[in-house]
Amino acid sequence: MSTLQRAFSRIPWAYTARRLLIAIPTMLAIITMAFLMMRAAPGGPFDGERKLPAATEAAIAAKFGFDKPLHEQYFNYLGGVVQGDFGPSYKTLGKSVNQLIGDGLPISLTIGSLAMLLGITLGTLLGVYAGLKQNSSADYGVMGVAMFGISIPTFVTGPVLILIFSLGLGIFAVGGLGTYPNIGMTPHNMTLPVVTLALPQIAIISRLMRASIIETMRSNHIRTARSKGLSERQVIARHALPAAMLPLVSYAGPAMARVMTGSVVIEKVFGLPGLGSYFVDGALNRDYTLVMGAIIVYAALIVLLNLVADILYAVLDPKVKYD
Amino acid sequence: MSETSPILDPTGRAEAVSQAITGGRSLWDDARARLFRNRAAVISMWVLGVLVLIAAIGPLVWVHDYRTITDLRTIAPTWDGMHPLGTDLQGRDLLARLMIGLRISLTVGIVATAVSLVIGVTWGATAGYLGGRADNLMMRIVDVLYALPFIFFVILLLTVFERNIILIFAAIGAIEWLTMARIVRGQTLAIKGKEFIEAARAAGVSRKDIILRHILPNVIGPVAVYVTLTIPVVILAESFLSFLGLGVNEPLTSLGVLIADGADRMEEKPWMLIAPAATMAVTLLCLNFIGDGLRDALDPKDR
Repeated sequence: MSTLQRAFSRIPWAYTARRLLIAIPTMLAIITMAFLMMRAAPGGPFDGERKLPAATEAAIAAKFGFDKPLHEQYFNYLGGVVQGDFGPSYKTLGKSVNQLIGDGLPISLTIGSLAMLLGITLGTLLGVYAGLKQNSSADYGVMGVAMFGISIPTFVTGPVLILIFSLGLGIFAVGGLGTYPNIGMTPHNMTLPVVTLALPQIAIISRLMRASIIETMRSNHIRTARSKGLSERQVIARHALPAAMLPLVSYAGPAMARVMTGSVVIEKVFGLPGLGSYFVDGALNRDYTLVMGAIIVYAALIVLLNLVADILYAVLDPKVKYD
Repeated sequence: MSETSPILDPTGRAEAVSQAITGGRSLWDDARARLFRNRAAVISMWVLGVLVLIAAIGPLVWVHDYRTITDLRTIAPTWDGMHPLGTDLQGRDLLARLMIGLRISLTVGIVATAVSLVIGVTWGATAGYLGGRADNLMMRIVDVLYALPFIFFVILLLTVFERNIILIFAAIGAIEWLTMARIVRGQTLAIKGKEFIEAARAAGVSRKDIILRHILPNVIGPVAVYVTLTIPVVILAESFLSFLGLGVNEPLTSLGVLIADGADRMEEKPWMLIAPAATMAVTLLCLNFIGDGLRDALDPKDR
């Protein structure tokens, strides 16, 4: 059997199916909570300084379905969401929430996945290095820097990086996605957001990997590998690293959620029109359909990524049994 | 009792064992000694103590009030008119605002952590103690809640309802209790089955005494560590909300609000960013160092 076939045979199908079944009520709860909260709000999205004429109000209510009873509005909305339709935006007139999410999501996903990739790569390297040289000055150095990484929020590192690399050295863009007609994601305008978002992840993952490799190096199978006469390099690369990577896999699910939350701030700092920006602007402007659409997309992503992380864990760790 | 040299006994464990046998020190004394040997943790405790004092007393004794507009211009740090950190965009003294902001951030950190502590310990201990079906159900609920993007709900909550500081406390506390519940439940479950509990039961110790004298002390360690590490997370969450414009209302302020204001003007008025950002970083660093020190002191296997 090839490695791939073996991995495939280890996917816990029953568990996956059950988790997917749990995901349905989870998503339903999220949609219901968001819907009820939105409707409990004092004041609506169309309340202005002046009172609108009654006819205008009635027209708005009819257009957005406010004239129907609450449960009917709920099921209408739910029916739309199931078919992938989040309704019209309350504030950006003439645009649907789907269009706005379609504009923003690719940007958020790009920043998020690149930051995660950078975080895992650098975090693992630094953590393993520090752990193998436990209690040396290199270890203390890496862990000291990591402590700064987890203590300094991204909305501080972001502006500081802009100050140094954009305003000072002029290497990267201050923010945004460039000027017309050259709008798009380029290394010039994406490097700083990705690095800023990755910094806390590098710090967290290196701390995690350090603890994990220290624990692994003391385990029995490493002693066995050493007593077989393997070189230290082989012991680490073949026996220690795969085992030490496991906690990282179970961290990956919550980490993606964290990165996506962090991306909201990053998009604000760097003025990027991602989903996070739309979400915050929607929240501040009471654009309820947009906020709900964004929450549902975020929630679906997080539920899905958690599931993928758990399945991956089962495939990689032969000791794990999901019944 | 003999003096053991630090070379023969680098971790101090042999010394601890010998003293435990002779009844010299309890496990707690031992943990405390290990904590106070951790230089980073000790320095952090001092610095944090000073910061707490400044936040508590500073606003009462400082010459400027955080609400008073002292100068119509935004001025750079100067001792003229006693503005060592300058003034903000409205011409209010930045040091006064920084001290109030620190006070709010620390209060949010402590109160919201307390909320999460109460919910988490109750939930986790109940699940662990009851076991079986109830435990299963309660922890499934935690699993489902874990998957929710809670911070987005907090943002929605703060959008929909009138923003007030109590709501921020409660909302953030309600997010952070999940991990606490998992830790307490796991710990309770693990300890419940240990031999020393069985021994205590066999010796006729009452259930109340078993919980108070044997289970609780063993749960406190990990919980204390987690509490210390939760406070910085909560402070970050609050400043995150404040940064997005959803935090405390003017004229009140928090470190997050001050940093957000400063970041907007960092090119021409860098002092507005530097002081609050540095205060925030130092506070969080101290809390994290203390938390790490506490963990290493209570569970020294990684050192």
